[in-house]
Amino acid sequence: MDAIVLDNLTRSFGSLVAVDNISVTVHEGELFGLLGPNGAGKTTLINILTTLDKPSEGTALIAGHDIHADPENIRRIIGIVFQDPSLDVELTGRENLNFHAMMYDMPTDERKQRIDEVLALVDLSDRADQLVHEFSGGMRRRLEIARGLMHHPRILFLDEPTLGLDAQTRRKIWQYIRELNRELGITVILTTHYLEEADYLCDRIAIIDHGKIVALDTPLNLKNKIREDIVNIEVDEKKVEQVKKLLMEFEGVKKITTTDCCISVSISDAEKHLPEFIELILSKGHVVHSASAIKPSLEEAFISYTGTAIREQKGSYKDQSRAYIRRKMG
Amino acid sequence: MIDVKAIYVLWLREMIKFSRTKFRIFNAIAMPLFMLIFLGFGFRQINIPGIPPDIGYFEYFVPGIIGMTLLFTASMVGLSVLSERQFGFLKEIMVTPASRVSIMLGRTLGGATTAILQAVIIIIIAMVMSFQIMGFAQLIASLFVMLLISVIFISMGLILASRLRDVHDYYNITNFLLFPIFLLSGAMFPIQNLPLGIPFFSVFNPLTYGVDAIRGLLIGVSALPIITDCIVLIVTATIMVLLSAYAFTNGYRI
Ligand SMILES: Nc1ncnc2c1ncn2[C@@H]1O[C@H](COP(=O)(O)OP(=O)(O)OP(=O)(O)O)[C@@H](O)[C@H]1O
Ligand SMILES: [Mg+2]
Repeated sequence: MDAIVLDNLTRSFGSLVAVDNISVTVHEGELFGLLGPNGAGKTTLINILTTLDKPSEGTALIAGHDIHADPENIRRIIGIVFQDPSLDVELTGRENLNFHAMMYDMPTDERKQRIDEVLALVDLSDRADQLVHEFSGGMRRRLEIARGLMHHPRILFLDEPTLGLDAQTRRKIWQYIRELNRELGITVILTTHYLEEADYLCDRIAIIDHGKIVALDTPLNLKNKIREDIVNIEVDEKKVEQVKKLLMEFEGVKKITTTDCCISVSISDAEKHLPEFIELILSKGHVVHSASAIKPSLEEAFISYTGTAIREQKGSYKDQSRAYIRRKMG
Repeated sequence: MIDVKAIYVLWLREMIKFSRTKFRIFNAIAMPLFMLIFLGFGFRQINIPGIPPDIGYFEYFVPGIIGMTLLFTASMVGLSVLSERQFGFLKEIMVTPASRVSIMLGRTLGGATTAILQAVIIIIIAMVMSFQIMGFAQLIASLFVMLLISVIFISMGLILASRLRDVHDYYNITNFLLFPIFLLSGAMFPIQNLPLGIPFFSVFNPLTYGVDAIRGLLIGVSALPIITDCIVLIVTATIMVLLSAYAFTNGYRI
């Protein structure tokens, strides 16, 4: 059974269409990414899939349950880490987890054990009995992630899970998201602004812009569709034409452009071919001054699909008010 | 549909918070207590028409102040749900398997318990200051009336909260509503003393029946038979809970 099937899903707010007729299938056990700029409709989509909001048109099946007909069964098997803060700051970390587990009717013994497990995972064991009020932003985020995992969800929604975390913690969370997915087979739907995160984690990425999916593929294919890898080689200015001729013979070379003393070769698997190129050039008695292999980045792919660079950390009004709320709660 | 565990969890959460916010409790009972002391004792010697001569104003006023405490505390539940929505915690509850109705009931019972606890604290303080109750059984019965009053006004707040987005709007609307409800309930003096026409509105005010029933039970004086008061309260509470359940299931969007 597919984990999630979206069927012509649309959500409009007045004249604004936040999610525009999206149909897509997420397979069971997949780590699926939604990548898009601010206001693309990612959170709106997640809200609908987690039964917090209703679509204007269309429907979706979560593990076979219809979002209209069967929301309570859906809530039982999903976990979610919200983009915006959602902890009870007047309770301790442990109490937050405990109440969460009680809402899922987890037996007492299992609850205690599981709380310790998830706390250890996010490195909060020694702070768990402090009020969340006294937690830093990163600690709160980690606690929210721990809470999302408490009840062993089969499908996990992560709305910008590593927003505001330091690089070290982010790496650790990535590692863990991967483990959850690979070892426990949990289906993960993740939204992110961070290209690196999508690239590193996701099996498939949907690039979403203005409520529409503009591209959907594996990270590798998304990048490869943009353009080939490039090998840049710098040689003596006088030898450029000679070397160019030499490389033209090489199998797999698609295109060669030259500037003064630099030769750019389009070829797939650039890093593999680079040593062969150098060997070939040296064997003919030429000198190589520098050489590099460049892979297209997901960022380039993103720009080519959406027409803009991803607006990361730019102070949109919404982000500012979010930061404000986080501060207010602190 | 009704999930006892979830109701219990939400109730427990309120209790933990209540026990932690000592200042808030103090704050909640300070105002009624001041009024009780200043007005109750200040008007002690004044003869107000409609109050039986053998009942002092202080005695008469205690049930009124209890009604006021219940009313104001109950109205805070809607505010707290609304601010939870604004600060995101409501989402966390709404995404658990608990049904909307259970969530609504958990909040209602948690709020009612805190309101009643505060009322009991006020009764105890009043008793220290010479207030005499009819008996223990009547006191217990009055707790049931207090539950009905709390449920009615908590439901009112939850319905209001389901229609609003902003904490300030809620605050303004309840401020506008609470004082008329309080003043028209006969909490301070018999409503017959008010100018023509105004007592008419008191008939539609649930707090009128609540305060009257508490008076009947605690000091043995009531305008209507206690049983009549209770029937009106039970019917109103039932309707309000149903409306609140409807509002909560259909109104709350994130
Ligand atoms: N409750 C609402 N009422 C009106 N408009 C809304 C509402 N919620 C979202 N929108 C609008 O829908 C669009 C999509 O918003 P959404 O929060 O889904 O974006 P997002 O992709 O999650 O963005 P971000 O990366 O900033 O989190 C935005 O234009 C937003 O203003
Ligand atoms: Mg978002």
